[in-house]
Formats: sequence, structure tokens, C-alpha cells
Amino acid sequence: MTDYLYEYLLRLGDDSLILAQRLCEWSGHAPTIEVDLTISNIALDLIGQASLFLRYAGAIEGQGRDENKLAYHRNSEQFRNCLLVEQPNGDFAQTMARQLLFSTYSLLLFEKLELSKDPHIAEIAAKAVKEVRYHADTAADWVIRLGDGTEESHERMQDGLDWFWRFVDELFEMDDVENVLLAQGIAVDRPALRAEFDQRIGFVLEKATLENKPVGWALRGGRTGMHSEHLSPLLAEMQVLPRTYPDAVW
Amino acid sequence: MSKDWPLWEVFVRARGGLDHRHAGSVHAPDAQLALRHARDTYTRRLEGVSLWVVKSTDIIASDPAHAEEMFEPAADKVYRHPTFYDLPDAVKHM
Repeated sequence: MTDYLYEYLLRLGDDSLILAQRLCEWSGHAPTIEVDLTISNIALDLIGQASLFLRYAGAIEGQGRDENKLAYHRNSEQFRNCLLVEQPNGDFAQTMARQLLFSTYSLLLFEKLELSKDPHIAEIAAKAVKEVRYHADTAADWVIRLGDGTEESHERMQDGLDWFWRFVDELFEMDDVENVLLAQGIAVDRPALRAEFDQRIGFVLEKATLENKPVGWALRGGRTGMHSEHLSPLLAEMQVLPRTYPDAVW
Repeated sequence: MSKDWPLWEVFVRARGGLDHRHAGSVHAPDAQLALRHARDTYTRRLEGVSLWVVKSTDIIASDPAHAEEMFEPAADKVYRHPTFYDLPDAVKHM
């Protein structure tokens, strides 16, 4: 049970952490300085969430590891994030496609986690839900603008969306870990979120004049540490400083 | 890209009851995005509870070339300041 809760908290925390690290790659490279700040702000919100979830995970694990230890001193196969968040950014349209998918999912998840019987999870979710609502709204705004924009922006938006759809199913899958926690009222019933997710995404895509093309196969594995080849280089960059200088302090 | 976008002036209300104060400007293609950019640029450190954005071109500004006749005549009218009254102690913040 304690192991399951630890595992669940890693999943929640790692999703936020890895996406934040990806988004940080836009710093200094976004189309305008204002958009640069938009993306950095989202990344910082996510780091805040990751920090809370991982700190709690460390406390539950009881081995004396804090959020920094968990973030900087685990290898890729020990990360529990979904595959979606570790994928490369692509162009700006593709990044916004991923943000729409992830933040829409995340909003639905946190709205339910606010009611979790674990008071600490409920507390973190209540804080995060406001942040994520703005992220989902911002991403939808950009997806609609680019989708319903020029011929080129429409094409790039559609391509970005088509690429990321294969990582969506994983977000709504359960395993023993989560089924046990669900029965205790701690975890969220992910499959039950799917209809609302499809409806919200469909609403945005319609306004954006984009199509939701079904994918032939869905990719999965992140929750059990089976990651794509993109996670290790991301971690190498994120972890290099604390691993090279373990005693470094701010 | 941001060069192609019009400029918007940003006004932030720091707390309820205070006036919106000019904070700076952002580039944005339209009002909706101007508000987002203002939020992300000027309220990320808890600077505000309300935002206004106004297209910079919609602001009518005084001409610096006319500053002499516009403003200098006020310089020697010290009697326009209410500093010659004895205020009762009960009146604060004058």
C-alpha cells in the first residue's frame, strides 16, 4: 500500500517535472519574448507541482530522500512519467498541441484529485488545478489561432497534433497500483475521464478547423519505466550539475 | 514576429481599492492575447489583481513640443496647492 502510494506520487510528480524540463528548452527561443514568458511561467508552475508531489513521495518512501534527491538522482528507468511529456518539443505548434493534450488531461485529473481521500494529495491538487486551468486555456487559444490561421500554421498544427495523439491513450490507463488506490478513494478513475477529455479536445479542434485523426497504434510504457530514447538525454541535461557537484548549494 | 504585432499599454491594479497603474507594454496580435501577455509579463510575481490593456495607438498623448505652454504656466502658481490651510489633526492623508 505504501509502495503503491509512492509509485502513484512519482507518476504525478514526474509528469510535471519532465514536461517542465522540456518546456524550459524554449527559454530564449520562443517566437517572441512575451511567448517566452508564457512558456516559462507554465514550466515554473509545473516545477512547483513536481516539487510538492515528489517531496510527499519521499516522505511516504521513508528513506530520507527529498524532492531534489528524487529529481536528480534517479535514472530513466526509475522515472514514472507518461511518454507524452518526454517527447521533443518540435516546432511551436507541436509544443502547443502537446500542451493542449496534457493540460486538458491534467485539469480533469486534478479536478478529481481534489476529492482524494488522501488529504495531502487533495491539497496539492487544489493548488495545481487553478494553474492547470490557465495552461489548458492558453494552449487552446494558441491551437485555435494556429489551426484557424494561415495555410502553413494550419498544417503545422495538424502535424503536431497527429504526432502526439499516439501518446494519449497511456494517460487514461490503469494498472494494479492505481486500481488498489482507486478502491481506497485515493486515486482517480482514469478511464472515466476519457469521454470528457475527448469532448473538450473535440470542441477546441472544431474551432481550430483541425481534424482528430485516429492513430493506428498507441504507445505506452512510461508508467513502468519503459521510456522512449528521448528521456535519457533530457535527464542528462537536467541532472548534470547536482550529479557532478553533489554538495553544490544555492 | 513581435515586430508585426501592435503594441499595447498595460495597466495593473495592485490591490483592490487602488488605481490601475501603467506597468509597461507588450506586443500582441489582438486584445485577447495582449491580456495573456500582460498577465505573463507583468503579474508573474503577484503584482496585481486586475489588468487593463489599451492599444498604444488609442492613447492620445500631449506633444512634447508644446510642453512650454502646456505645463510651465503652472510652475509659479504655488497658491493652487492646498498648503496654506491648517488641517485638523483628524484629517489624514492630505
